[in-house]
Amino acid sequence: MFGKKRVAVIGAGMTLFRRTLKETGKELAWEASKMALDQAGLELKDIDSVVMGTAPDAFDGVHMKGEYLADGSGAYRKPYSRVFVGGGTGVFAVDAGWWHIASGQFDTCLVVAEEKMSSCYPHPAYAFTTIFDPIYARPLGVTLIWIFALEMHRYMHVHGIKKEEIALVSVKNKGNALDHPCAQLAAKITVEDVLNSEVLCYPVQRLDISPTSDGAAALVLASEDVAKKVTDNPVWIDGVGWSIDSTYWTNRDLYYPRYVQSAAQMAYKMAGIKNPPKEIDVAEVYDPFDYKELHHMEGLMLARKGQAPKLTADGVTQRDGDLPINPSGGLLGVGNPIAAAGTMKCCEIFWQLRGEAGKRQVKGDPRTGLAQAWGDLMQYGSVVIMRS
Amino acid sequence: MSEKIKHFPGEQVKNIDVKEGRIPAVRHRPNAKYLWSAGIAMSRFLEGLKKGKIVGATCKKCGRIMVPPRAFCEQCFKPVDGYVNIKDTGTINTYSVSYVAGDASRIKEPILVAIIDLDGASEGMGILHILGEIDDWKQIKFGMKVKAVWKPSEERTGSIKDIKYFRPLQEV
Ligand SMILES: [Zn+2]
Repeated sequence: MFGKKRVAVIGAGMTLFRRTLKETGKELAWEASKMALDQAGLELKDIDSVVMGTAPDAFDGVHMKGEYLADGSGAYRKPYSRVFVGGGTGVFAVDAGWWHIASGQFDTCLVVAEEKMSSCYPHPAYAFTTIFDPIYARPLGVTLIWIFALEMHRYMHVHGIKKEEIALVSVKNKGNALDHPCAQLAAKITVEDVLNSEVLCYPVQRLDISPTSDGAAALVLASEDVAKKVTDNPVWIDGVGWSIDSTYWTNRDLYYPRYVQSAAQMAYKMAGIKNPPKEIDVAEVYDPFDYKELHHMEGLMLARKGQAPKLTADGVTQRDGDLPINPSGGLLGVGNPIAAAGTMKCCEIFWQLRGEAGKRQVKGDPRTGLAQAWGDLMQYGSVVIMRS
Repeated sequence: MSEKIKHFPGEQVKNIDVKEGRIPAVRHRPNAKYLWSAGIAMSRFLEGLKKGKIVGATCKKCGRIMVPPRAFCEQCFKPVDGYVNIKDTGTINTYSVSYVAGDASRIKEPILVAIIDLDGASEGMGILHILGEIDDWKQIKFGMKVKAVWKPSEERTGSIKDIKYFRPLQEV
């Protein structure tokens, strides 16, 4: 066993994901936290520690965001920290919650992730332009979408992948989201719809991309002792992993996310997983763009390099396929309130492994699930592996 | 969703109601301003650009010639061994065609964006820049050779924009 104590997930909660919600970030964090506590059958007094995950302060325009969100996260007079690794935050927050308990320091940890992107008005895209190096990158007018378009195109070029193969991911995920009650962009669309959508930054088109969103999600983690007292079906965190690559993103070959592979290897080693595609029953893979699901499946070694499009075309990654990927609907369908989106993926794996995912439930009684997120300047990977 | 959860909180508001002030809200535009030191290595780079040169940094331990230059090698975690001029020609590693500006608004003339692996630097040492003198973006190819087009020396200020853009080395 890794760590001093085995760690379980015992409750999960989330809000609706929408372009604009009336609630403040604090109120959203509170709603998700309260739901997760209720589901776990615990009260705030039972919580020993709190980890909050939230992405760039510039979205909220409040540059002490951890503190700003503390009360809503149930942190009142408790050991509290905010973690932030860009888009990787939502899964990394669960990794951080894990070590709070695995270290032996705490018996319970509330993990909360929140994002309210609508506060950056009229569009949060501009906040993203301030993430780049101010000396040599920003004067060129670099935007977030440029760098993803460059990565997508490189990935397509190296493996000879076509846009229509990639579009299948968007079709699948937006379709899966039709069964998610919190989804923002659930839709029945076709590959043609994706290929005919507005070109934003070739090869990225409107329907290749997830929306900007408001929302929150939360999980309650507990030590084995506590988990066994409060629930008959805990879900165990058996693997955690995280890794970062160089910030010199133009010096790396963008066709393959090595940092995701490193994070996955760390988690697989801990969970004793030798053959990921065989041993993982269901995965929530980070999909802010359709190509990222494929790219990340390869980084996670769920598909061989360049082979994820084929698995997708063959239906393997459908909810009723042999390796369901993003049964929730993912960021493309449910929405992308940055940190909350990663934690939503962890919630989905928890519900899938408990058999509580309703219409989204994957076939065959899944026992092992994986959630992954990705962030910073295309350089950060975070992974959680859960077992029922 | 868990089957056990019947209601998910969140009150959606309409964009039009936000825009027309029907949702109670407070507006604010921060007025923070910055002056960033270019630093030890990037000062060399910017001074080089002013003279029409692209400066890289060398590390003898890993053998890399790195661009953008840096004061320390992040892999060997030691100071770099020196700075060298590298060529202003290179190869297109990847590219994209941007129809949106930084604020997500639409632009008419697309910006041609590329990562260019520079000649004289170690393999895969690319920089971000834009492409020019290309009538139709479909003429851009992976692996295409390109060359920097510099501003006239009197107009250079010591900026990455002292290179106006990279153009195809051969007529397209
Ligand atoms: Zn070195």
